[in-house]
Amino acid sequence: MHLVVQACILGVLTGGVYALMASGLTLVFGVMRVINVAQGALVILSAYLSWALFTHFQVDPFLSVLIVAPLIFALGVGVQLVFIRSLRSEQAEELSLLITWALALGIEGVLGAVYETTYRATNTSYANSAWTIFGYQVSVVRAYAFGLCVAVLVLLYLLLARTRFGRSVRATVQNPSSALLLGVNADRVRALAFGIGVSTAAAAGAVYGVLYPFNPGSHYDLISRLLSIVVLGGLGSVAGAVAAALMMGVVEAVVAVEISPVWSSFSYFVVLVAILLLRPQGFFGARERTL
Amino acid sequence: MRWITPGGLLRGGGVFGLLAAFPFVERTDWIVNIGVFTLMYAGLATAWNLFSGYTGYISLGQAAFFGIGAYATGITFEHISIGSGYRPFYALPLIGLAVGLVSVPVAWVALRTRAMTFAIVTLMLLFIVQQLAFNLRSITHGSQGVAVPQPTFASNFDRPYYLAMLSVLALAMLICWYVRRSKLGLMLLGIRDDEEKARGLGVRVTGAKLIAWALSVGLTAMIGGIWGYYLFSIYPESAVDPLVMIGAVLMAFLGGKGTLWGPMIGAFVLVPAQQWALTSYGATRLYLIAYAGVFVLVLLLLPRGIVPSLADLVSRRRFRATDRPDVRPTVERVAS
Repeated sequence: MHLVVQACILGVLTGGVYALMASGLTLVFGVMRVINVAQGALVILSAYLSWALFTHFQVDPFLSVLIVAPLIFALGVGVQLVFIRSLRSEQAEELSLLITWALALGIEGVLGAVYETTYRATNTSYANSAWTIFGYQVSVVRAYAFGLCVAVLVLLYLLLARTRFGRSVRATVQNPSSALLLGVNADRVRALAFGIGVSTAAAAGAVYGVLYPFNPGSHYDLISRLLSIVVLGGLGSVAGAVAAALMMGVVEAVVAVEISPVWSSFSYFVVLVAILLLRPQGFFGARERTL
Repeated sequence: MRWITPGGLLRGGGVFGLLAAFPFVERTDWIVNIGVFTLMYAGLATAWNLFSGYTGYISLGQAAFFGIGAYATGITFEHISIGSGYRPFYALPLIGLAVGLVSVPVAWVALRTRAMTFAIVTLMLLFIVQQLAFNLRSITHGSQGVAVPQPTFASNFDRPYYLAMLSVLALAMLICWYVRRSKLGLMLLGIRDDEEKARGLGVRVTGAKLIAWALSVGLTAMIGGIWGYYLFSIYPESAVDPLVMIGAVLMAFLGGKGTLWGPMIGAFVLVPAQQWALTSYGATRLYLIAYAGVFVLVLLLLPRGIVPSLADLVSRRRFRATDRPDVRPTVERVAS
């Protein structure tokens, strides 16, 4: 029992980090029907940036978020303007899936050319310390990472719920043509939303390197998790993505303890198949029509 | 059969006759080797097109079945001796049939979703199968991989594989051609254009999609089987490789998905370049960057593919030539 509770704590803390990455992914889908397969690669890119800042300039990874996130935001807006906006044909959705995949390959290639395939990890002085609460170990970095991700999620929520920009984003999600009629500048909303969506990857990526070792190829593992999370939560639903990420974090950690660590990431797929059988649209998703 | 036109027969017979003669004329090993991979990707892209091109459901998981076909060959070799030389090739139809049938329940689950969700779910399938290949050590030996005994083809080692790949490609093209002209093909295109309407008109949409899926997967598994026998060693990373998947999809897009010859043309344009880049830049990761660059260019400049764009051009020329009032026959949809 002790182990299971311990695993649940770990799962919630890990799930929080995935929740942040997945919320950006699902937000981008909601606003512009684009599945950003490069989300995982951008997490790894941010992890490398944060690692480089830490090793060369001794910038704490949690502070480097302030540098990395704006950079990735700018990159995201650029990608949207150059690659995704120019897809105007009726197949724009599927094409964007492939084009972001190409982007992921490009990022993997550049990182591989610069850093080779050696695994890196950002080793801060507090990387291995832990608090003991009621007999349970809580890793300090994981708690910080969780805190950071929750803070960014709250900011994201406030941005979407309380600002004029957030209202226009939500309007675009609910009904793009009406939003356009009501004077929402759709192109600007799309570009900014894409930037925001990928900068959640950047924020989570900056701390990812503290939690796990990574190399340029790690993005496949990440994107497979993130995609199951967003499908599980229902494509386009930020709340669904957060709920699904927390749930998967816990399931993965418990499976690792109770069954075998080898099968823990496989639990994502099992839950995904079960959900598809019971509720193909995910927790909070709406049914999709054909292309 | 009433569909066979002299022109079509000449085209099909001519192309495949030339391809069959190629390894007997050109005997240089590395060229035939590139030929094997070109035919492999042409087959994969054509098989992908049979399901995704015709139904409009973008599947990113066919490479999973490529891997399963490869493992099926390797594991069969390990447990029962199916002979060496040409004999393993005769087991391929069985492997194709078995994998095609086994994949139907999987497709039935995946086809509960549509559009983007379907694409994601099939992509997950790729990762699931790769993970299984790593984890089911008692069957697949995990990351150690499965070794296939090396066959003893005296000279021109690559030629039998070339011919095997060519046979599967010919089979894939025949099936595509037949399906396209059959009632099934009409049903599939109906699904692509408007699934709800097709269903309303009495088309058994799920049945049609499952048949197309099983055919596509069976062909993919056979190609995987030949690939496994060609490389002797089958590893989870190389047998279930997202790059193989994206390559096949890219070629189908370049040539024109939903057309008969498009995917094959796409493969013949891209694979020689890809193999050249792989041998020159493989060690450094520049190969990936080049891949990504070509991909982006194809999608931005030629999103409909070579065959439809050319067909458009030709029909417009003819239209002008007949001296009719200058009305544009089709709407230009190429992204500017």
